[in-house]
Amino acid sequence: MIAPKPIVKVSALRKTYDSFVAVDDISFEVFDGEIFGLIGPNGAGKTTTLECVEGLRTRDSGSITVLGLDPFRDIYKLQDRIGVQLQEAQLQKRIKVKEAVHLWSSLYRKPAADGDRLLEQLGLAEKRNARFMTLSGGQKQRLFIVLALINDPELVFLDELTTGLDPQSRHAIWELVRGIRARGKTVFLTTHLMEEAERLCDRVAIIEHGKIIDIDTPEKLVNKYCPERTVVLTAEDPRAEAYFRGIPRVEEVVRKEMRFTIRGSGDDLVTEVIRCLSENQIRVSDFRTVLPTLEDVFLRVTGRSIRD
Amino acid sequence: MRGLWQLTWIEIKIFLREPLGALGTVFIPVIVFVAMGKLGTKLFQPSELAASRAFRIDIPVFAALLIAVNAVLSLVSIISIYREGGILKRLRATPLRPQTILTAHVLVKLILSAITLALTLFAGKRYYASGDNVHAIGFTIALLISVCSILSIGFLIASIVPTARFAQPIGSVILYPMIALSGLFVPLRAMPPGMRWAARALPLTYCVSLLQGIWKGDQWLAHVGDVAVLAVVFLFCTALSSKVFRWE
Repeated sequence: MIAPKPIVKVSALRKTYDSFVAVDDISFEVFDGEIFGLIGPNGAGKTTTLECVEGLRTRDSGSITVLGLDPFRDIYKLQDRIGVQLQEAQLQKRIKVKEAVHLWSSLYRKPAADGDRLLEQLGLAEKRNARFMTLSGGQKQRLFIVLALINDPELVFLDELTTGLDPQSRHAIWELVRGIRARGKTVFLTTHLMEEAERLCDRVAIIEHGKIIDIDTPEKLVNKYCPERTVVLTAEDPRAEAYFRGIPRVEEVVRKEMRFTIRGSGDDLVTEVIRCLSENQIRVSDFRTVLPTLEDVFLRVTGRSIRD
Repeated sequence: MRGLWQLTWIEIKIFLREPLGALGTVFIPVIVFVAMGKLGTKLFQPSELAASRAFRIDIPVFAALLIAVNAVLSLVSIISIYREGGILKRLRATPLRPQTILTAHVLVKLILSAITLALTLFAGKRYYASGDNVHAIGFTIALLISVCSILSIGFLIASIVPTARFAQPIGSVILYPMIALSGLFVPLRAMPPGMRWAARALPLTYCVSLLQGIWKGDQWLAHVGDVAVLAVVFLFCTALSSKVFRWE
């Protein structure tokens, strides 16, 4: 396997606003061709970090390299090669979709991507003549993705891309982001939605109070912090409970009428439960496993829910 | 300055799409100017009118100044609305240079003011006959110098007002009293000493002196002082706003 090539390198980044430390000595790398997510609650320092990397904010200390450039010093060189979507951005209320696309494509030194094709791909073709203020939240976000992709960038930054959108638009946009990766681009995003991170990101960095707590793939983080597994099943056999309690590494069996919730740790738990059912010929009418999510990981490592 | 013309052109179109955008900025000054001229010709004999300083000089200069001040106020308000909406920040996250974004807005205002002024003077020609011997190019240059200077004050205001809601009122409170004291309504000579001192401290006073002088045919040499003051105001405000301007 080829070693992944880092195209964003952040080391010992620190940023304060007056006496408030927004980002406190963080280091990470983003690899070529991946979707990397910075996840954490609002106010954790995600946007500040992202904007320092994009060159929109000065840092107090630390070093940042993006595509081999210093984002603050070489901002104009860098902007030709990156695409940016900002959190809660707006355009002029009365600008038309096609005007925005035309303006953006005139700004870059290299030949722009085909704006009309992008609009089509993002389902905005029939909105070409619509004014920005008449677009729905999802349409605005899709337009911002078009604008972020207009210069055919190597690296795309997406800040809280789906905040405030309904589930349907959210799923559509996730599909688009996967499409960006499929075209060989790298995506660096922030989100406070754990489901989004889990479905979209190859690797995530959990950030809280300006510090990175851990970085890894969502699956590895789940395995590391939340190794417990849960099996929920329905069995009418009166002997069942005793057998379940005898399974190795089972920590808890909760029974509610015929419904059992079996908790334990380790990847083998589910196999062990199935073996127990089959060896003892226990009939079950329902069987499902409940896996911990990034949401649980977050709760475990920070001691609080991300929604607080 | 890549993207300057595209941005300027789009901003002009956007402005004209505002409800009352074109009507308010371009046509209302023309209508008011013509109405005053009509009123003048009704109330006075042509000979009286020709002798009236108000109709010969003050009203045309006032109209020019008002158009300039309105343009500046509209600039202040647009900049703060764009800042509050995150539009400035969004534009800045492209290869557009910051000075390109701001220059485009200044150009929009200059172009619209020039059109308004040209229309105003053209429509009012019949009523302000004495305007015939005005040196149009000289007056345009004088106006451009004045507008740049007032615009730089506007930018300084736009740099420091906290929210869009306050931009227009704060701009008005700063700029309109300057018109009142500028010597346009009460000549500086006739003011009490304290007021005169205040008037001398205000940049618009020098705009008025320059515009009136050039309108009535003075030599530029007589107004080197005015131009110098306006240039200093421009440099000072531009330098200061480039230090304190906030993009978000």
